[in-house]
Amino acid sequence: MLAVYKRELRSYFQSMVGCVFVAFLIAFTGIYFMAYNMTAGYPYFSYTLSGSLIVFLVGIPLITMRSFSEERKNKTDQLLFTAPVSLWKVVAGKYFAMATVIAIPNVIFCIFPLIIMSQGTAYLTVDYISIGIFFLLGCVYAAIGMFLSSLTESQIIAFISTFGILLVLYLWDGILSMLPSSSISGLAGVLILVAASALYCWHMTGNGVISGGVGAAGAAAAVIVYIVMPEVYENLLTDLLGRMALADVFTSVTSNSIVDVTGIALYLSIIAVFVFLTIQSIQKRRWS
Amino acid sequence: MIEVRNLVKKYGTHLAVDHLDFTMRSGRIYGFLGPNGAGKSTTMNIMTGYLGATEGEVLIDGHDILKEPEKAKRHIGYLPEQPPLYLDMTVREYLEFAAELKGIAREKRKEQITEAEKLVKIKDTEHRLIKNLSKGYRQRVGLAQAVLGFPEIIILDEPTVGLDPKQIIEIRNLIRGLARKHTVILSSHILAEVREVCDHILIISRGRLVASDTPENLEKMLGEHDQIELETDAQPSQVRLILKNMPGIESVETRTDSAGKTWAKITEKKGEDVRESVFRVFAGAQIPLLTLKATGTTLEDVFMELTQKDTVPKAFSDKTKREEAENDAGSV
Repeated sequence: MLAVYKRELRSYFQSMVGCVFVAFLIAFTGIYFMAYNMTAGYPYFSYTLSGSLIVFLVGIPLITMRSFSEERKNKTDQLLFTAPVSLWKVVAGKYFAMATVIAIPNVIFCIFPLIIMSQGTAYLTVDYISIGIFFLLGCVYAAIGMFLSSLTESQIIAFISTFGILLVLYLWDGILSMLPSSSISGLAGVLILVAASALYCWHMTGNGVISGGVGAAGAAAAVIVYIVMPEVYENLLTDLLGRMALADVFTSVTSNSIVDVTGIALYLSIIAVFVFLTIQSIQKRRWS
Repeated sequence: MIEVRNLVKKYGTHLAVDHLDFTMRSGRIYGFLGPNGAGKSTTMNIMTGYLGATEGEVLIDGHDILKEPEKAKRHIGYLPEQPPLYLDMTVREYLEFAAELKGIAREKRKEQITEAEKLVKIKDTEHRLIKNLSKGYRQRVGLAQAVLGFPEIIILDEPTVGLDPKQIIEIRNLIRGLARKHTVILSSHILAEVREVCDHILIISRGRLVASDTPENLEKMLGEHDQIELETDAQPSQVRLILKNMPGIESVETRTDSAGKTWAKITEKKGEDVRESVFRVFAGAQIPLLTLKATGTTLEDVFMELTQKDTVPKAFSDKTKREEAENDAGSV
């Protein structure tokens, strides 16, 4: 794992991608910092940071796009997967290298609140927590990007699909306000979810009986619940999908100074899920 | 020791590897021979644990490559068809990475890498970036990676592709040198190479093992009839007349080459050797023989015979079955 980690990290800075990411994020944040904190005198660095969030939309796909697609294209994955190292260690090594690249600008950000403090009042707790959550959000995005990179051989497709998903997540609040809140639409949403999981099951196992069973049982349960107590489904879509506005956890710190611990748990679980999915998608390719 | 049992690999409906079954013993060089798309690379990829098999198992020193991958992979060095090189690293950095990945102890790494570099003669290029190296040198770096740490089993997929003739000879010598302590498995579609280097040949066609024996035995088995070629100054009609009533000869073909010499191809009856009597007949007729040589079946004939036809000649299927039976008996 350490070998993969070291190689990846070195490669990020040899190929300039890592340098560009770090430089771009710091420069962008620096401009906001000058405008908000220095010129306008606003004492919260966290507010500046929420403006920098948009850099992640381009920056994260930039660092994740190569991770597995390039290995697959150049067939260097044959070295990794025939070495006596288990697959999860390879994936973890790569993921930690990405997390390290994301951590570098965040460590530098830690200086900014101190600059504010030297000029007057600073709110260090809020600022440092928001830097921490900003980093964690970057890691969540990186896990999504890494998974998409493991699905394709093309870096470009990996970049664009990651960018697309991150953009949708960024604009999620706007999209969410257009969703209906009636209970029948909630049922429809659940049924779509059941169908998707049955399809995924079929895709992974190739067993029609198991996936059909999962689909039928899920759909039956959903319909029975709807008949017995339809009120469960009211606002279900907005509640459920509202969870996917990942940046909310971060913005609630930056704009309201509220730290949502469940949100942090959500971040960590999303990271775990996507790292797991990356491993699964690589395993799947070996067996098909 | 490698045991491959009943290996099957399907890509969708396409059967890439069809019930392969063989055993490889230590200290020998094995050659995988087959036309393009016969399933050589797929088999090697399964044996090294890169791909999963649809059915069957691969045991490396008793460890199943799919169930105990880390233990099994520790015994294998693998050079795939396309060397798995990171172009943005220098040769030395790359080999250091590979050594660490293979779990070679830190204190031994430096020495092992230097040894591997010397073996494939890339010590002078160790500080160059891999992307600036020529194809031949990249192949060597890949080879250095495969022999790094000197695993017991070294698997090489077409190791001499892209090398110049001098490098090919060097690599062949290197492979022969390795075989003293290691099991080497190489694939190739160059017959001369396999003929020269390997102790044992496995011919694969359409994913099936059609023959498995030493190069000499393979040639012997197909050669039911031996042939003799001779060259003289006499006219073709005269040559035919002389040979016409000789015992032990099945048929004679003659041709005249551009220099006006007559060449005759004599097919002997089974089990006969007529070289001496042919010499005496021509000497008696006062016709000097300029050339007289026996031309047995070449590996090329065997290869064509086995891979072009749908049915495997009886001699081979019998032999392969017998060997399988022996192997099974041995493993029980």
